[in-house]
Amino acid sequence: MSTLSAIVAGVTYRSRNGAVEALSGVTLDVASGEVVVALGASGCGKSTLLGLFAGFVAPTAGQVLIDGVPVTGPGPDRAVVFQDDALMPWLSAEDNVAFGLRLRGVGRAERQQVARDLLRDVGLDGFAGHAISEMSGGMRQRVGLARALAVSPRFLLMDEPLGALDELTRERMQMLLLHLWQASGKGIFLITHSIEEALFLATELVLMSPRPGRIVQRYRPDFARRFLAGEPIRAIKGDPQFLAMREDLAATILAGDEEYARHG
Amino acid sequence: MDKTARGHGWATLATLCLLLALWWGVTASGLVAPLFLPGPGAVAARLADLARHGFVGASLLQHAGASLARVGLAMIFAVVTAIPVGMAMGLWPRVNAALDPVIEFYRPVPPLAYLPLIVIWFGIGEATKVILITMAIFAPLAIATASGVRRVDPDRVRAARSLGASRDQVVWLVIFPSALPDILTGLRIALGVGWSTLVAAELVAASRGLGFMVQSASQMLVTDVVVAGILLIAVIALVLELLLRWVERRFAGWSGTR
Repeated sequence: MSTLSAIVAGVTYRSRNGAVEALSGVTLDVASGEVVVALGASGCGKSTLLGLFAGFVAPTAGQVLIDGVPVTGPGPDRAVVFQDDALMPWLSAEDNVAFGLRLRGVGRAERQQVARDLLRDVGLDGFAGHAISEMSGGMRQRVGLARALAVSPRFLLMDEPLGALDELTRERMQMLLLHLWQASGKGIFLITHSIEEALFLATELVLMSPRPGRIVQRYRPDFARRFLAGEPIRAIKGDPQFLAMREDLAATILAGDEEYARHG
Repeated sequence: MDKTARGHGWATLATLCLLLALWWGVTASGLVAPLFLPGPGAVAARLADLARHGFVGASLLQHAGASLARVGLAMIFAVVTAIPVGMAMGLWPRVNAALDPVIEFYRPVPPLAYLPLIVIWFGIGEATKVILITMAIFAPLAIATASGVRRVDPDRVRAARSLGASRDQVVWLVIFPSALPDILTGLRIALGVGWSTLVAAELVAASRGLGFMVQSASQMLVTDVVVAGILLIAVIALVLELLLRWVERRFAGWSGTR
């Protein structure tokens, strides 16, 4: 069991128009075995929050901790999956997956074995030697996921990993993600702007609001566990309870927008 | 061959045939005297003769070899200096701020303009030519490398760092391969610049080389050697270009496909 915690008073960027407060007063824990999803429109600070967890961004005030130990930079205990795959296009699928192991000096044969097993786990059996440029967006995201898993991270940080995929591919990836999560028990932090995706995947859902970025609501949906218990995805997404929560979230987001429009 | 040219090879061929016919026409009809422009047949015969007997004390192979050796040596010097310098410029804005003005200052100056200075400093030997051509190649290669490094997707660097890459690993396993397509394109352009500079340099101070051969032939009014030499210079440039395109496809074929 591990917990990745952000206790952050603020993150301020210096921009051409002066200081911009990207995040303000955010406290959030990602524990092993949880899927924490940050939902919000662009500019709500969810990417900054992921950057904090990953160690790409340092808080202006506050800290990020793993089991009480401060995070000082990026590291393989928190592997990141990016929206635009961020793969190395000159490497084959297999070498991309094995990239993190190569950095550690793991031998070729062992790397290869791990990479092939992971490619099979993400449904890319037989694609080891394929070039990244020959792969579809969905396949690339699977490679990105396998690459992150290869370094045996304690936490998976996912920056809108399914945002660029078509509807059907997206749903398949959601199911794959939950199965991998169940098998590994890792702590996952995922950001998305899709209400439905957030509800389906999250064990904890935080709704974020912009200017400055902050958490405005927290929910604890149980649809992910219901899916893993055997309930079909379509039944869950058509469940009146699911639809009611989706509408409630949409209304909350809309009300926040109007509030902002009234008061600036 | 470029994608745009594929399937239109006949148009290229037609132009070549037309030019050749025109060349043959104006010379065979006596419209232009052989002193000004010898016919294709005469030039071809002269080429065969040059290959057998050489010209002013050196064989054709020695002339071409002298030119190629100079450009090859300069290329090696430029690669081992310009690529690291360009990498440093791309990685660290401070290095860029320090070196960019120098490179941008001399880059637009035609190499032949500073050739006299190099001759004063280094004489008319081999060193001068290799230095001149190295300088001509250095600037475009360093600039292409720096801009390639700057264009690297920041997420790719973040991905590597979150997988545990050290600073050096990020540079050599992520940034360098990411920039390689730009570096190779820069190299191809630089080689073109270098080749034309070299041949021009040989017009001024040399006793061997294709540029020298053309220059001395022109002084002796052996026009067929002049034309043959020009054709040979063009063909070698084309072969070098195709060679580097092949290298680009082989080592950076992944770029442009996404």
